Amino acid sequence: MSEPFVSLSNLTLSYGDTVAVPALDLDVVEGELIALLGPSGCGKTTTMRAIAGLLSPTSGRISIDGRDVTRVAANKRGIGLVFQSYALFPHLSAFENVAFGLRLQKLPEAEIRSRTEAGIATVGLAGFEGRKPAEMSGGQQQRLALARSLVMEPKVLLLDEPLSNLDARLRLEMRTELQRVQKKTGVTMVFVTHDQAEALALADRIVLMKDGKIEQLGTPHELYAEPATAFAAEFMGFENIFRAEGGNLVSDHGQMPLGFAAAAPMLAWRPSGVVVGEGPFRGTVSASSFAGGHREYVIETPLGPIKADAPIESAEVPLGESVAFDLPETTARALAA
Amino acid sequence: MKNLTAWAIIGATLTFLIGPFIIIIFAGASAGEALAFPPDGLSLRWYLKVFTIESFRQSFVLSMGLAVFGTLAALLLGVPAAYALNRYDLPGAETIRTIVASPIIVPGIIVGLALLRYLVIPLNFTVTMALFLAHTALVLPYAVRVVSSSLNNLRSDMEEAAVLLGCSRVQAFTKVVLPNIRGGVLAAFILGFVTSFNQVPVSLFLSGPGVRTLPIDMLAYMEITYDPSVAALSALLAFMSLAIVFVAERLLGFSRYV
Repeated sequence: MSEPFVSLSNLTLSYGDTVAVPALDLDVVEGELIALLGPSGCGKTTTMRAIAGLLSPTSGRISIDGRDVTRVAANKRGIGLVFQSYALFPHLSAFENVAFGLRLQKLPEAEIRSRTEAGIATVGLAGFEGRKPAEMSGGQQQRLALARSLVMEPKVLLLDEPLSNLDARLRLEMRTELQRVQKKTGVTMVFVTHDQAEALALADRIVLMKDGKIEQLGTPHELYAEPATAFAAEFMGFENIFRAEGGNLVSDHGQMPLGFAAAAPMLAWRPSGVVVGEGPFRGTVSASSFAGGHREYVIETPLGPIKADAPIESAEVPLGESVAFDLPETTARALAA
Repeated sequence: MKNLTAWAIIGATLTFLIGPFIIIIFAGASAGEALAFPPDGLSLRWYLKVFTIESFRQSFVLSMGLAVFGTLAALLLGVPAAYALNRYDLPGAETIRTIVASPIIVPGIIVGLALLRYLVIPLNFTVTMALFLAHTALVLPYAVRVVSSSLNNLRSDMEEAAVLLGCSRVQAFTKVVLPNIRGGVLAAFILGFVTSFNQVPVSLFLSGPGVRTLPIDMLAYMEITYDPSVAALSALLAFMSLAIVFVAERLLGFSRYV
């Protein structure tokens, strides 16, 4: 791995007496698109605010591009942040919003004009320069906020839940847009999200956080295919997670014999990894719904409800019917306790 | 029938609200020597006479000065106060709010008496100075309240965005916060101006020889001279207030802020 561009070492962040992030270590490579992923309250936003300088760490160190910025004020760090609410200036036109930071630097008017116009063009908002933020759609406001940060040529661009306020179609469009802008400018991006699909689709690497600590760090493929813990597995869509104890699968509801020797204290299956219609186990279908490419079942078993996806070609099992199923070794994911 | 009742209520309300105003306009336009309604014939002589009465001119200047500078002073204190109360988790913020609001709660006449007893008499404050302080304190609650409500509508992440674009905290306030609450500040100014200008009870104790606010001067004038000029002056002042509110409404939708 190359030299870290953004480096957090032993970073502790607290609000009053509450420690939100205890002793976090994280290295981000230059030009990387990294996602801080986790449920609300996991410390991801707190970490991002600390990188921006909006929150002073209790202890630890933050360095950017080889320079210790732990005690550098937020307005001197050269970091851009696209807020979840966009935080556009309502009294200024789109042009003046983007030019705001350049004007503060007292650059020549001609340079401000050309850089602002280029920034607005980069996000595809040419022609909207005279509009006020209130006269723009959510997607346009998002792109304007992005342009406002990008024209400052920040060393690092932080994005707080960049896609959460957009509808499904715009979300896809903005996702592509972010990747395109990142390719074009080469800016290092750190974004915060609670949506694993968003992180998987966008990020080069994902930092999965829980209670202020890094639960797992890896590429989207690694996290998706090989979650290391029950928390990571659950976040990545393994909805059936059980303990493996002495040849049995055990849950809070009960237990079932396991058909193979478990290599780990916990085993997990995605709904798509559960076989419906054949196998050594039986359960009762308590819910069934059509989901386009497959059919989603909930099967009541001694282990409690198990979620299973069956191919759409297979015969539909009516509600209340008993059905055979299998939790095969091939689709099981072994987890640490 | 229901409609008729509604109209009766609206009619009665309007009569009580606007009636006195109309009476005053016509009482001031009387051709006679004494204040009376209906007037003894119509003339504009009392409206013109108002401008020739020296003490009215002096007290008008004083009241105008108090209203403008007292309100400006209240805004200079009130805008930062509202900002601090709004943005920071201050210990005792509720207490501060109550203290700031107290000039509205305490009867004006007591405020006036207290200022006279504890500032003017023992400390040799001039009456003008005491009046200025009293009017500033009186307007302060309105300034804090109105500015607070426009700050509430302004998200704090906007300032953080400004800081990350290179602003200092002060620049973030002047370049982002102020432009976005200027409607509220102007509304507070107008509300404060009208409150101060029409203020009677506080000023009652704080008026000495040669230093009188306009409302107090009008009271004094009427005790001696019962002619229609006071009615004429009242009508003129009412028109002035109306004009201010009308202009403010046209310029920035004043009623949104009050």
